[in-house]
Formats: sequence, C-alpha cells, structure tokens
Amino acid sequence: MLKLDRKLLRDLVHLRGQAAAIGLVIAAGVATFVMSMCAYKSLEATRASYYDEYLFADVFSATGRSPNAIVPRLKEIPGVAAVDTRLVYDVLLDVPGMSEPATARLISIPDSGQSRLNQVYIARGRMLDPLRTGEVVVSEVFADAHGFVPGDRVRAIINGKVQELSIVGIALSPEYVIQVQPGTILPDDKRFGIFWVSENDLEAAFDMAGAFNSVCIRLAYGNRVDETIEVLDRLLKPYGSVGGYTRDEQISHQYLSDELAQLRGMAVLAPAIFLGVAAFLLNIAISRIITQQREQIAALKAFGYSNFEVGAHYFNLVLVITMIGTVVGIGVGFVLGDAMVGAYDAFYKFPSLKFRPDWLSVAIAFWLTSVASLVGTFFAVRSAVLLPPAEAMRPEPPPSYRPSLIERILPPKTLSPEVRMVVRNITRRPVKASLSVLGISMAVAVMILGNFSLDAMNYMMDFQFRLAQRQDLTVTFVEPATESVMYEVQNLSGVLASETIRSIPTRIRFQNRSRRVGIMGVEPDAKLFRLLDADENPVRVPDFGVMLNTKLADLLGVKIGDLVIVEVLEDKRPTLTMKVAALVEEYSGVNAYMNKQRLHEALLESKVASGAFLKVDPNQIETVFSELERRPGVGSVSIKDAAMKSFEKTVAENIMVMRSFIIVFAGVIAVGVVYNTARISLSERSRDLATMRVVGFTNGEVSIVLLGEIAAFTIAAIPLGWMIGYALAGAMTTGLDTDNYRIPLVIERGTFILATFVVVASTIVSAWIVQRRVTQLDLIGVLKTRE
Amino acid sequence: MTASTQTTVFRTVDLTKTYQMGEVQVRALRGVNLELLEGEFVVLLGASGSGKSTLLNILGGLDTTTSGQVFYLEKDLTASDEAELTRYRRDHVGFVFQFYNLIPSLTAKENIELITEIAVSPLDAMDALEIVGLRERANHFPAQLSGGEQQRVAIARAIAKNPKVLLCDEPTGALDVHTGIVVLEAIARINRELGTTTAVITHNASIANMADRVVALSDGQISSVDINTSKVNAGELQW
Ligand SMILES: Nc1ncnc2c1ncn2[C@@H]1O[C@H](COP(=O)(O)OP(=O)(O)OP(=O)(O)O)[C@@H](O)[C@H]1O
Ligand SMILES: [Mg+2]
Repeated sequence: MLKLDRKLLRDLVHLRGQAAAIGLVIAAGVATFVMSMCAYKSLEATRASYYDEYLFADVFSATGRSPNAIVPRLKEIPGVAAVDTRLVYDVLLDVPGMSEPATARLISIPDSGQSRLNQVYIARGRMLDPLRTGEVVVSEVFADAHGFVPGDRVRAIINGKVQELSIVGIALSPEYVIQVQPGTILPDDKRFGIFWVSENDLEAAFDMAGAFNSVCIRLAYGNRVDETIEVLDRLLKPYGSVGGYTRDEQISHQYLSDELAQLRGMAVLAPAIFLGVAAFLLNIAISRIITQQREQIAALKAFGYSNFEVGAHYFNLVLVITMIGTVVGIGVGFVLGDAMVGAYDAFYKFPSLKFRPDWLSVAIAFWLTSVASLVGTFFAVRSAVLLPPAEAMRPEPPPSYRPSLIERILPPKTLSPEVRMVVRNITRRPVKASLSVLGISMAVAVMILGNFSLDAMNYMMDFQFRLAQRQDLTVTFVEPATESVMYEVQNLSGVLASETIRSIPTRIRFQNRSRRVGIMGVEPDAKLFRLLDADENPVRVPDFGVMLNTKLADLLGVKIGDLVIVEVLEDKRPTLTMKVAALVEEYSGVNAYMNKQRLHEALLESKVASGAFLKVDPNQIETVFSELERRPGVGSVSIKDAAMKSFEKTVAENIMVMRSFIIVFAGVIAVGVVYNTARISLSERSRDLATMRVVGFTNGEVSIVLLGEIAAFTIAAIPLGWMIGYALAGAMTTGLDTDNYRIPLVIERGTFILATFVVVASTIVSAWIVQRRVTQLDLIGVLKTRE
Repeated sequence: MTASTQTTVFRTVDLTKTYQMGEVQVRALRGVNLELLEGEFVVLLGASGSGKSTLLNILGGLDTTTSGQVFYLEKDLTASDEAELTRYRRDHVGFVFQFYNLIPSLTAKENIELITEIAVSPLDAMDALEIVGLRERANHFPAQLSGGEQQRVAIARAIAKNPKVLLCDEPTGALDVHTGIVVLEAIARINRELGTTTAVITHNASIANMADRVVALSDGQISSVDINTSKVNAGELQW
C-alpha cells in the first residue's frame, strides 16, 4: 500500500467518531432511496407484468342491458385491440357466523372458462366449470378473511333469491389488486369480495341471456384513448351506458399508482435532505482536517507531491467515508425494501410480489453520494490544493476575533468570560454557524415530515367519517327505489335516523374539460351526510345549482358562479346547464352534489332513491342487518365503522414501523450534526480549553464554552426545523394530490413535540459524549503539540 | 577545490521578494546575487527576519519571486509553472524544515517511504535511518520520538530520495549540542559521500566552520561571502 494511502487509513481511524456519524447520515439517505426505488421497481414491474399477462383492460364502461349483437361494432372502434363484455352485479351475501351482510360483486366467466380481459389467476383450487351451475371462484382476500377454502359453500341473495354457491377456487385479478367497494374509499376485506360465476348462471338469474352490462377494452398501442371512449359511449348510449373511463379512474389501479407516486416522492426527497446534510458535515470535517494538516500538506508539496496528488488524497478520504456509508445504506435499503414489499404483499394482491433489487438505483446511489460529497468538500479540498507550500510552513495566524454586536449592545460585564467566548466563536463564523443550525433543523424537519402522514391520515379519517359522514350504514338499491321502499327501510326497528339520496352518473363539462362523475342529490338539511368546507363548517345545500368538491373544481378549472354542462348518463339522459353554487371540501374522490328535490325535477322523475344513509341503534343492528338482507331491492350495505377499523389496523401497523425507522433516521441526522459540530469545536479549541483548565477554570466552566455553542445551535434550530418540516409537508401534500385522495396539511402539536424531543435527546447524547472528552483533556499533551 | 572547475548549481540574479501585508510592504529579499556550486556545503547566516528562509524556499521551488531570476543548472525556475516546480522538487530537492513537518500518522520509516515512493533513485528507507542513527526507531511514530530524533528522521527523509540539492532550514534549531552535532554530521556526510549540494540555515555562527562557504544575509541582502579554508568536522565545532 502506498504510504499516502496508509496515512489516509490512519487519519480515518483517528476520525472514526465523526466518520461514523457522517457515514450514518449518508447510509440513512441511501437506505431510504434504495428502499423506495426497489419497492417502486418491484411493485411497478410486478404490476406491469401482471397487467400484461392477465390482460388488464385499458378502458372500462358500465352500461345497461346491451345486446351481444353490438359486440362486432365495438371491436371495430378505432384503437381497440380486444373487447370483453360481461355481466357484473353487486349482491348481498349471507355468510355464516357474520350477522352483518357482506357484498359480493359477481362477474361472469364465459363458456371458454376464462375472461377475455382482466383474466383470473387461480391461486388455489380450480377455475369454475362454466357448464355447471352453482360454482364460484372467490377473491383471495375475502376468502382469507372468512377462512374459506375450496369445497366450502356460501349463500348469496341473487335477484331476491337465496342461492347456494359452491366455492371451487380462490383467485386474484388485475382488476382488483386492491378490493374497494364502489362508493366507498377504503378496502374492507371482510365485507366486500369478488365472485366469479359462470355466465350461464348470471344470465339465468338476471334474465340477461344474449346481453351484457359491462365492457372492458384493451387498446392497440399508441392510440388516442379519448376518441375510443367517445365512440364507445356513442355506441352504448342507447343501452344506458354511464360512460367509459380509463385506468386512471379505475380504483385498484389508482391505489397502485398513488403508492408508486409516493415511493417516487420519497426517493427524491430523502437523498435531497440526507445527502445535503452529509455534504455539509463532510465539508466541516474536511475543512477542519485540512486546517490541522496544513504543515503536512506543505511537507508533501515540498517533497514533490503534486497538487493533484494532494487533492486526490483528501478526496479519497471523503470518498472512503462516503462509500462505506453508501454500501451500508444499500444493504439496509435492501432489507427495508424487502420488508416494505412484504407489507405491500399483505395489502396488494398479486400472483407473486417479490422484492427485486434495483441495480440501477444502486448505481445512482453511488453516483449521488459521490457527487454530493465531492461538491460538499470541493472548496475545502481546493484550499489544500492551492495552499502555497512556503506559506503553509508557517503556523496559521491566530484567528481574529472581535466583540460581537450582542456584547456591544449589552452593558459591559453582563456576560461571563465563558459566555463571551461562546458568543464570539459563533459570530466569528456566521456561515458555519448557520449551516450547523440548518443541519440540526433538518433533523427536526425529517421527524415532522415522517410523522405528519399519520396526523394527516387521522385528520382525514376524522373529517370524512366523523364530521362529514355520520351515518352507520350506507345502503344502495339495485334499482332506484320508490317511496314505499324507502319508507320501509327508514322504519325498520333499530333505525334511528335516515336520509335518502339519489345519485346519477353524469359527465360534467366546462370549456374543453370534462369529467365523468356521479352527482348525488342530497337533502338540504342533512344531519347524517353533511358537506363541509375546509374549516369543517357545514355548507348549506343551495336550492339551485350544483356543488363540486374542490378537487373536481380544480380538475375542471371552475369557480363559484361558472356555468357547467351536465350530461346525465341515465334514463332520459337530459343535458343540463347548471351554475356552480358552492364548493365543498373532501379528501377523497371527485364528487358533485345538488339539492335532491331539484334533481328529481331535472330528471322529470318522481321521488326515488338510489340509496340511504342510516343511523342505527347499536343494540338492534343485527335485526337491521337481517331485515336488509331479506329485501331484494338492497344491492349493497357498507358499514362505516368496520371499514375504518380494518383500514386503520392495516395502516397503523405499517405506520408504526415507518415511524420508528424515521425516528432512528432523524436521530442519525441530529447526532451526526451535533456530534460533528461539537467534535470540531473541541478540536479547534482544545488548546484554549486546556489552557483554561491549566489556569484554573473548572471542567464545568470549560464545558460551557464547548457546549454553549451546541445548545445555542439546537435552540435556534428547533423553530426553524418546525417551519422547514411544515413547508416540506406542504410540498409533499401537493406532490401527492391525486384523484383518489388528498392529504390535508395537518400537523398535530404532538408531532412538533416529538420532533423536538427526539432532536433534543440526540443533542444531549452527543453533547455528553463530547463533554466526556473535555474531562479527559490531556493538558500537557495538548499544550506541548504544535498545531 | 576551486570554484572555477565546478558546475554552478544555483544562480540568482537580482532576486527580490516583497510580501504585501495589507497596506504594508515587507521587502524580504532586496536584490540577491548568489551562486552555489556543485557539491558545495554552504551555510547561510543572518539575524532573524533577514530573509534566509525566504531565499531557501525560493531556491527549493517552494516560493515565487517578485523580480529577478533563479537558475537551477540551466533551468530558469522563475519561468517555471507549478507543474514544473513540482517536478523539480520531486526529482532534485531534499528539504529539512525547522519544524520537522513529519506526518504524525506515519511511523519514521513510513515517513521516509512516503517520499522514496515518488523518487527516481532513492536509498532504502532503513539505510537512510541508519545514516542518522535511528535504525532501531523505524517503527515509532513522531509523537513517540524526541525533538532531535524527529529532526533526524526529517533529515533521513530528505536524503533518502538521493537529491541533487539538500536545503536545511535551521536543522539544529531545536536540538541540544550533542544531538545538533549528530544531525550536522549526518548532513555533512551526505554532502561528502554523495556530493549533494547543501545549503544550511543557522543562527549558530560556529556551524560556519563546517562549510565551504559562508553567506551572510542582512536585511534582505547579502552582506558578506566568506570562503572557509579550514573546514572542520562537526565533532570539532566550538558551540
Ligand atoms: N508570508 C509572509 N507574509 C508577510 N511577511 C513575510 C512572510 N514571510 C516572511 N515574511 C517577512 O519577510 C521577512 C523575512 O522572513 P524570513 O522568514 O525569510 O526570515 P528568516 O531570516 O528566516 O528569519 P528567522 O531566522 O526568524 O527564521 C520577515 O520580515 C518576515 O516577517
Ligand atoms: Mg527562518
């Protein structure tokens, strides 16, 4: 080994504390990056191949009873590569041991024994025999939630008749990687399942021989999807199509896309923060070393080492620290990525979701960390390169200090000598002091950023499910129900309050933008289903005009007072021009609302309802369930509390894991910055400190000089960190604003307190480590050596 | 040995060096004309601040001039760029610094090898240590050596590359009489046995008795040049 490299190794050993702290910050950044990228790659590649292999459709449309005769014309639509028509019905299930009804979505399987698109993957058992009646293939999450295995039987209420179905297989589908019941926003594995049954069975049960009510289309590559949908809608319009939509509006696909966007966001943000901090730490560490070694640098140069060799020597030191951190980070990133993919595997259902190392991201990690650390230390190393050897022979002149502004303002003698030293040390190098403060504040910000998602989710759940929607059950009817049905449901014993709604599929147009959206007619003085503004105040349902949620208004580019065109996609299909009368806040979905009475008038219909919100006496809820199950008109029942609980349970587990690892990473930043700053102050001042000790200052007084600075930095960093954390959280909410959900910028006080606590604790720990070195100062040694 | 038959190794022509210290100009060298001959042992004397170190640094290619010229053999050092000066130092010059400037993280032997690794025809590191009598301290770190031992390692380091010229800035400044003599003997031996042109700065006029020539500097100028006709060994010096 070259002796210069041996020097490097020994310097590294000497610097081990600082090097480890910096390496850990780098490792934390790299780990987050590699974890997100690998999880991204795994999820994305798995999704892509699943979609490909199982022919996930590009365009979807629900329609009324449409004759099979029209299928050839669908296939001729420009851009269409394949068409699948099928029957889809939501029915109630009577599951043994479960009092509340579950909803099954029945999807037909043609005689060929496999769907043409959105093909079914059989995980266990077998595919149903399309020529036999009463066989069903059940989606895996639902089967698992109930412990169903092939051979079990389940009873469904199909078109008013109880039918027993025999489970022959457990399956997955690219269309339901995550199963979310239409009209709700959270997956509820226990109460919503996908059932594949033979086409013959469904045709017979719903009297739909030779007809279909759902179309899926796979597009030829490179075609304009808008045009395809336009033609599709035109063709199906006479049969009651509610409008075609793309994958972007397909809920399982949306969930996956949102997850991927989140991972990508994390892959960008984490390296930016962690490597920024690491670059700064490397800068102060290397600057200090170069100052300390200026006479060594002079000797090297005097003996003919070139500027290049000297520069390379210090860059190598930087790179060794960086590479160790990067390699550790990659390892940790793989482990975390694997864990993350494991967590996804429980949430998203693929035939096989395996962790895949993303080697490109590993290469990028090396590149990023090298660039960050070389940029961070460029000026420090350049100063070593440019150091004229003759000058470096002479010891560095003592730093020039002067009384700071604070001292000049305060009357003389108010500050003790120790405090005065602290103040002067800070004010002498304002840039370094500010960067140290910024570094510590990043630790605070990371903590806030990491925990804010939990706050936001809690707030979102609270807003949506406790403040806005106060019903217990949401019932939908198969066909718009007449007043007598509503009356019956509302007067079931155990129902405390109820509100009926009328919802219709529409397409809302404004200028050149349009959006397929359901408009819900609501009662003006609703108590259960309330519409709120961002300040949680109820918004009065106006007598005329339409109300949009803010996301929809945003997508269409409308504001209150604008006129929008509403094409109703049901029944008589009137086209209405309506004024946007109010905006409401909602954190999920894109929705529109209007006065229910006005909706009936616009549709020229009597008072009918598509569904109802019920508030139920908890003691009588079982009776209500069984009553609802008995009624053929009831298409689905969703139970708000159950859905929330199951969702919170799944998410809470993941969030707790995430949270503990964010706390560790934020701690790493805090310790990294504080320890390095303190360590360097100690090295710069060890002579002063030793001198102070020699002339009789106590250990405590000497420590004030050293730790006072750290304390001042930390105190300044905390409010700054709150602000940066808030700003980053704000950036994150805009980055993750999707049709599916929006994240409110809500940060609980507890999150600020936790962030502060973790950073203060990290500061105290690192200060304590450095402080121990003050008491161990080798007084004679320090004074004897020349620096 | 007469000057006329020997090659001129260094020649300075009206050499000046001025440091700009804010408003103040410090004129460290004010027109120095000097020749050093091959194999010569020259002692530079002069009061503190007279410009000795400045002159030596310029000869060694460590510092630049303000005006005038410095020739090493036929080469004009004042016209050389940074890379050429590095090359020159690497291949031709051995330095001994007043403050040793050893690398604290390397042992005595490694400090020497650090230099021999990049030299053209170096001595063996252990042989160099042998010359300064520190063979058995080869694996000690600078912090484990006394000041004089460190200085001797520094000399071993300078000679180990087998330089054409050896430039020593107060090599005995920090040493006691006995050690000073050991160090000077080492330098003289190199000069004698390897024919290395040697310039030594000192405050100690008695060292001048070892030299072929004694150059006295005062106030940035050469005040006298004495040819020493009765060279003595280091051991015979009167301190
Ligand atoms: N980098 C510098 N900036 C300003 N002035 C300098 C610098 N280097 C040297 N000087 C000044 O130049 C003059 C000559 O300095 P030099 O170091 O050559 O003296 P010296 O003869 O070696 O003295 P000593 O015996 O004390 O080492 C001194 O007045 C010194 O203050
Ligand atoms: Mg000097």
